[in-house]
Amino acid sequence: MKSFFTLLKNETKLNVRDMNMVLFAVIMPLVVLVILGFVYGSKPAFDGASYTFMEQSFGAVCAISMCAGGLMGLPLLVSDYRERKILKRFRVTPISPALLLGVELTIYIMYCVLSLLTLSIVAILFWKVEIYGSFPAFIGSWLLTMLSTLSIGMMVGGLAKNSKQAGVIASVLYFPMLVFSGTTLPIEVMPKIIQKITSLFPLTQGITLMKNTFLSLGTENYIIPITVMTGVTVVCTGIAVRCFKWE
Amino acid sequence: MSDAIKIRGLTKSYNGKIVLNGLDLTVKTGTVFGLLGANGAGKSTTIECILGTKRFDSGKVFLLGQDSPKRRRNLFQKIGVQFQEGDYQPEIKVSELCEETSCLYQNPSDWKTLCRQFGIGEKMKQSVKNLSGGERQRLFIVLALIPNPELVFLDELTTGLDAKARRGVWKALAALKQQGLTIFLTSHFMDEVETLCDEICILNQGNAVFYGTVEEAKQKCGCDKFEDAYLMLSDEEADAE
Repeated sequence: MKSFFTLLKNETKLNVRDMNMVLFAVIMPLVVLVILGFVYGSKPAFDGASYTFMEQSFGAVCAISMCAGGLMGLPLLVSDYRERKILKRFRVTPISPALLLGVELTIYIMYCVLSLLTLSIVAILFWKVEIYGSFPAFIGSWLLTMLSTLSIGMMVGGLAKNSKQAGVIASVLYFPMLVFSGTTLPIEVMPKIIQKITSLFPLTQGITLMKNTFLSLGTENYIIPITVMTGVTVVCTGIAVRCFKWE
Repeated sequence: MSDAIKIRGLTKSYNGKIVLNGLDLTVKTGTVFGLLGANGAGKSTTIECILGTKRFDSGKVFLLGQDSPKRRRNLFQKIGVQFQEGDYQPEIKVSELCEETSCLYQNPSDWKTLCRQFGIGEKMKQSVKNLSGGERQRLFIVLALIPNPELVFLDELTTGLDAKARRGVWKALAALKQQGLTIFLTSHFMDEVETLCDEICILNQGNAVFYGTVEEAKQKCGCDKFEDAYLMLSDEEADAE
């Protein structure tokens, strides 16, 4: 445990020093939330809706940090550490390099938690956003979305030949999911055809689930997203564990 | 006296090209062993096969008496390693890298003392990437010694160091040897090998072409200078082919 916390302390410092995740996983979601707040204020989601547009979008904005950590930060970091032979150095110590990966995973989870907290505070204080569903159900959907997204990142980082390839794969996953899954542009304002295509993204399923649990839109809308995301998490984690390349 | 490392018939090939051809060697506890040879002779591959970071095709490797790579994790409590191309997290500071290394071991040496001993005591707060090549090399030796090891692997330990720094490293290693440390090193500096090593092995294209002491090498070739003997021995096989 001593190793874990010392590594966590130092690796967190390094990650913050790098600033990328602070910008893309903490500040950017806040900026998106504030812009949505100024545009929509406390308007209802649609005519006659019992909840506001902001409340409908809250889950989606929470997914920005997962997207940044799981689809960009984590795969790049893992492939970079392999290319720099940092994982190899751990192989000749009493501690498995898997512990280092666990530490990195914890850091990205901390970014997601920090983003959830800052978003909640700002949304509640300035736009009186309220949760209609059950709080544990929302946190459960938030957790599942985060784990499935991070498992994609671990798989990409574990399999990519080098950090250049990881960068390309990360961009291919990150930008479409960021723009079209409804994280930055609300999915409700997109054309129907794009909505259909993007419903295939696991992150879209996660956002749907978070929206449904946040607004309490009925349990029949839970099954597909839960199945898709559990499937993605199991498959990606399995591939990452079995095929991980340490060098 | 027990053996820190025992290798029998170590063979390894990449894509059909033989890199190590039935290598036998034994490193006694408390001695300094030098593995020599030109670039690409198989020195780093030998170290990686011993440590288990590379798989080998056939042969046996006993590391501190243990031959199963799977049971080795605990052995690494007692082993320090400096790889030839050491690398580190991009923005990490000297103190952070030392602390991260130190926290992996049960009874680590005090890394601050080691840094001072190797002349980088003033640099602890600096970024590793801002160190000079020689300072970085000394830092990697410090990292290999942090475990307070019984056995240390140093791959090209003084490459990039100036004459004074090399002397400093030799002195420090000689002192550690006095305390019972076993050292396995590779080097391209023959004065260093002559000063430090109890036994050497010269590799040429994966074959051991000489195995013995520095004095024996000089006698075998009839040379006064070890560097001449080394060049004769390491070229012998290549010329014969």
